Amino acid sequence: MVGEIFPYLFVFERMVFVEKGKKDYSDYAVVMEQIVKKFPGVLANDHVDLFVKRGEIHALVGENGAGKTTLMSQLYGLINPNSGKIYINGVETKIKNPNDAITAKIGMVHQHFMLVDRLSVVENVVLGMEPSRGPFFAIDKARDQIKKLSKRFGLYVEPNAIIEDLPVGSQQRVEIIKVLYRGAEILVLDEPTAVLTPQETEELFKILRTLKSQGKTIIFITHKLHEIMAVTDSVTVMRLGKVTGIVKTSETNSRELARMMVGRDVLLRVEKDKAKVGTEIFKVEDLHVKENRGIEAVKGVNLSVRRGEIVGVAGVAGNGQTELVEAITGLRKVEEGHVIFKKTNITNISPKRRREMGMGHIPEDRLKHGLVTSFPLYYNFILGRHDSPQFCDGSFLKMPEIKRSSEELVKRFDVRPPSIDILGANLSGGNQQKVIIAREFSFNPDFMAVAQPTRGLDIGAIEFIHKTIISMRDKGVGILLVSMELEEIFSLSDRILVMYEGQIMGEVTPDATSTEEIGLMMAGHRLEDLRAQEA
Amino acid sequence: MNAWIQAIINVFINPIFYKSTLNQSTPLIFAALGGVYSETTGVVNIALEGIMLIGAFGGVVGSYFTGNPWYGLAVALLLGVSMAALHAWASIRYSGDQIISGAAIILLAQGITGFSLVELFGKPGSTDLVRSIPLVNLGSFEKTPFFGKIFGSLSPLVYIAFASVIFSWYLIYKTKLGLRMRSVGNNPEAADTLGINVYNIRYFGVLMSGILAACGGAFLSIGELGQFTENMSNGRGFIALAAMIIGNWSPTGAMWAAILFGAASAFNDQLQSQGILHLATNTQYLFGMIPYIITLIVVGGLVGKSRAPSADGIPYIKD
Amino acid sequence: MVSRLKKFYMNDKIIVPVIAVVVSLFIAAIVMLLIGKNPFIAYGALIYGAFGTEGALINNIMKATPLILTGLAVGFGFRAGLFNIGANGQLIIGALLATYVGAHMSTFPFYLSIPLTLAVGMVGGALWAAIAGWLKVARGAHEVITTIMLNYVAVFIANFVVNGPFQAPGGVPKSPEIAYSARFPDLLTTGATWLSAGIFVALAAVAVVYVIIEKTKTGYEVKAVGLNPYAAEYGGISISKNTILAMAISGALAGLAGTMQVMGVYYRYLGSLGGGMGFDGITIALIGQNDPIGIAFAAFLISSIRTGSNQMQIAGVSKNIVIIIQGIIIFLVAANRLVKSLMFWKKGAEEA
Repeated sequence: MVGEIFPYLFVFERMVFVEKGKKDYSDYAVVMEQIVKKFPGVLANDHVDLFVKRGEIHALVGENGAGKTTLMSQLYGLINPNSGKIYINGVETKIKNPNDAITAKIGMVHQHFMLVDRLSVVENVVLGMEPSRGPFFAIDKARDQIKKLSKRFGLYVEPNAIIEDLPVGSQQRVEIIKVLYRGAEILVLDEPTAVLTPQETEELFKILRTLKSQGKTIIFITHKLHEIMAVTDSVTVMRLGKVTGIVKTSETNSRELARMMVGRDVLLRVEKDKAKVGTEIFKVEDLHVKENRGIEAVKGVNLSVRRGEIVGVAGVAGNGQTELVEAITGLRKVEEGHVIFKKTNITNISPKRRREMGMGHIPEDRLKHGLVTSFPLYYNFILGRHDSPQFCDGSFLKMPEIKRSSEELVKRFDVRPPSIDILGANLSGGNQQKVIIAREFSFNPDFMAVAQPTRGLDIGAIEFIHKTIISMRDKGVGILLVSMELEEIFSLSDRILVMYEGQIMGEVTPDATSTEEIGLMMAGHRLEDLRAQEA
Repeated sequence: MNAWIQAIINVFINPIFYKSTLNQSTPLIFAALGGVYSETTGVVNIALEGIMLIGAFGGVVGSYFTGNPWYGLAVALLLGVSMAALHAWASIRYSGDQIISGAAIILLAQGITGFSLVELFGKPGSTDLVRSIPLVNLGSFEKTPFFGKIFGSLSPLVYIAFASVIFSWYLIYKTKLGLRMRSVGNNPEAADTLGINVYNIRYFGVLMSGILAACGGAFLSIGELGQFTENMSNGRGFIALAAMIIGNWSPTGAMWAAILFGAASAFNDQLQSQGILHLATNTQYLFGMIPYIITLIVVGGLVGKSRAPSADGIPYIKD
Repeated sequence: MVSRLKKFYMNDKIIVPVIAVVVSLFIAAIVMLLIGKNPFIAYGALIYGAFGTEGALINNIMKATPLILTGLAVGFGFRAGLFNIGANGQLIIGALLATYVGAHMSTFPFYLSIPLTLAVGMVGGALWAAIAGWLKVARGAHEVITTIMLNYVAVFIANFVVNGPFQAPGGVPKSPEIAYSARFPDLLTTGATWLSAGIFVALAAVAVVYVIIEKTKTGYEVKAVGLNPYAAEYGGISISKNTILAMAISGALAGLAGTMQVMGVYYRYLGSLGGGMGFDGITIALIGQNDPIGIAFAAFLISSIRTGSNQMQIAGVSKNIVIIIQGIIIFLVAANRLVKSLMFWKKGAEEA
């Protein structure tokens, strides 16, 4: 209760200060006042205030769905508030569209990069503000300007490279250059570290400090508390569309921030017993897999999973994890090597046969692979097992049985709203994920490939899903868990593998390693080298 | 067998084959370029077939009522742009299904031309003969052996078609507008965040495709003969789409593919008229299907190697 | 009861096509006014021409028979995420093969020759469509382009065949007649028009397609592939197999439409037999919202407009206006958001 009210004291303090100066916001690069934004059925921003001083790095924190991105989208003019005011450098400014934001010298680096893959770095950077010569686009002028910017802010990129050929880190630098090219004084970065290794993150922080030293104001959206402590000057915390705290970074700590974020003390680790490990059930040997453009993405991976254990695969997104899981589950062709399940070589058999043999799969992208969103739930609950004797007698579907078992799953997994006729599209993300997990576990698998099971979900759903995964492990299912969230890997896994550029950098157990060690492996250092250095 | 070889040689050494290739390619080049404009900005346009048809009809109507074939071309462009605007309106403003909307435009064009044909000319089937756009005579050049026969007297639209290819290449790859078109066709959201008006750029692409496909249609009707017959576009809009795909969505690539199709059908026509083959009358039907089979083979064989703009066919919906 | 009725009418699946039809008839009326014709007289003639006499009604049902089938063909394709513009070509190939087999059935009893001829017609259409399915699966070629090209090829093949190897005596481009044993029996005869038993085949097809879509494994798989191929593949459903299968079923229905024309109407193959029924199938599937029962009603609507349009033509309005009407209907269904925005009351319903 105290935690609920306490942070507001800071709000009042600032408001009073502001009131005294008769709304003199001139010290503030950005002030957003009483912003309200409604979406059908959701109040995404409920009278939100945001005060960002000129030249500071300001963190905007909160869980997924707290309304951070919504707030920033309004600052950038991508969507417009239902009510509320925005002041830029003390002047009330109407920002109806991105053009207005650019005019107000606001730049945004989106969580999903807003880059045109097929165009070059130069073309992407100048798009919309192209230097020209007569009717033509003067690409040489553009190139010079980019080189200047790169030098000034220490952001190296090759101007002629095509975006789709660049690694994620470089793409992010292109995004930052793009914003600077537009003369931005205020930079908004939406979860910029989600795709970076701890080391790349450190590099990004260096860039942010350089930008700050040159007078830029930065708003940094994140939900990682240690990052806030490391790089920011002040913090605004949001929860469920409201501001729950405004504090100076130097006057707070991670625990307090966490409490403001979730409204209670956070359980940082999942309760679990020691794994009762059984026999080896699943194994891949020297696996090679290509990604969509034909480039090798998995380069000789070996791993094994035993009954009753969770093997975590950590790594930065885009290092071959997606392709690894797809190859294991039969959605992607294996170029070389073997996949062995229950002592049978299943390397290139169909996904259907794998399911029949007892393999489950919680896919990384639940909307793309996991659900047919225009199907009602009872159809989604049988996806993958629709032709099993339980649901189908040869050609015809057994509708009564399908509906009965669906009802049961909806109850058992507490899917809301509790209706089997609702379309998959009309469920919240957490409930969609529950449907997938309910389905996959109801097939009684012996081995399960689980990818990104909690991406984008709120704390409540995450806890439920983690508990379900642990309980399946305790029933003797072998689980391969792929996640970009280090915390998830640490709290669930019995063994941890780290993947980098399609290779396994090393295997550790959670109690005999550190975030730092895993971070270094995620950045491409092999475990044996690290341990050798230590010794 | 020898007769066949002789017949094929006869076709290739005859300048008429090359001239016919140019004439057959011209409408395809126009329509394929139209497809490039539309799809570069991310709007699939199977309506090209219908736009060509209405363009062909408009050309004749304009020429008939004014006596001036150039006004005919103007009417063709006007009608073509109007049809394209309908397609744009449904697929951009109302994020409709672009293929279904395109199919609707094709049907509308058939209905409107068939209906108006009877209303204006009093009979179904075909219109009266009208004045066609005068050919460009190169004077004494016409007497040059071989080349004179090819280039001596061609429709100005043939030259305009090739000029449009060059113009479009510069527009799409070398200007600001072209850069914006490519960005909108590949990642409209990114373009939007940079303050580019996705809808306007897409409208531009689709309307340009209307102008170009209508030019191609007008060439069919008032380019040479000066008459419109029902459904005279006869699948050329679709062949042009195939040319655009084979040409990997680039103006020059589409042009080369269109020339290939033009040459194939010119070759058919010429081969059939080779007396030494003594062909039965119904073999014309076997020859007639060749361009379509080629399209099938090329579309089936080459699609994997060419890449459509990433957002091609996907409506852009702003929240 | 009232609220249920209201819910029924508020349903997009019903309201969008109904509004599309009404708006298109209204626009056509304006066109008639522009050319100085009275739309009430024209539409009166249309209704009389479609329902006014026993003969009209028989004609209407005879026209509806193949349209139900092409509508089902296109609609089934849509359910699998495929746009089969090639129903015309499949219809031609089906009709051609059915005619060929039917012409050789004179020594067979009707209980063998009728099912055999039907089957051959369906297989012909299925194989022709499967080419496009295969090209999509194996080569990634879009079915819209390939089915249209196959339409042209089918027309040329048919013209070639009925102008030579399979031509009726007399030098006219049409095939010989099929055997009497392969013809559908007439149910009713009025003057020069007759009602063949083909309508029952079409209605049976509606039932069969309904059962396939709603009650079978095949229907489930085809729908999953159509709605989300990635999820289907993840669920162990073969995209290739189901794409080709769906295309083949769609083609079989189109082939059956052509076979109906041969066995119940013309008793031979001739060039005009298909007409624009494939394109009509698109209109019908869209009006019927790809639902088999909706398609049956939509086919009857279009057949009525088509049958009535002859009478309208006599009243001075070219029957090409029917094609314009269909174009507008398809256009409005494509831009269904436009139609929804016309429905001012809808907004209130959504917020409630």
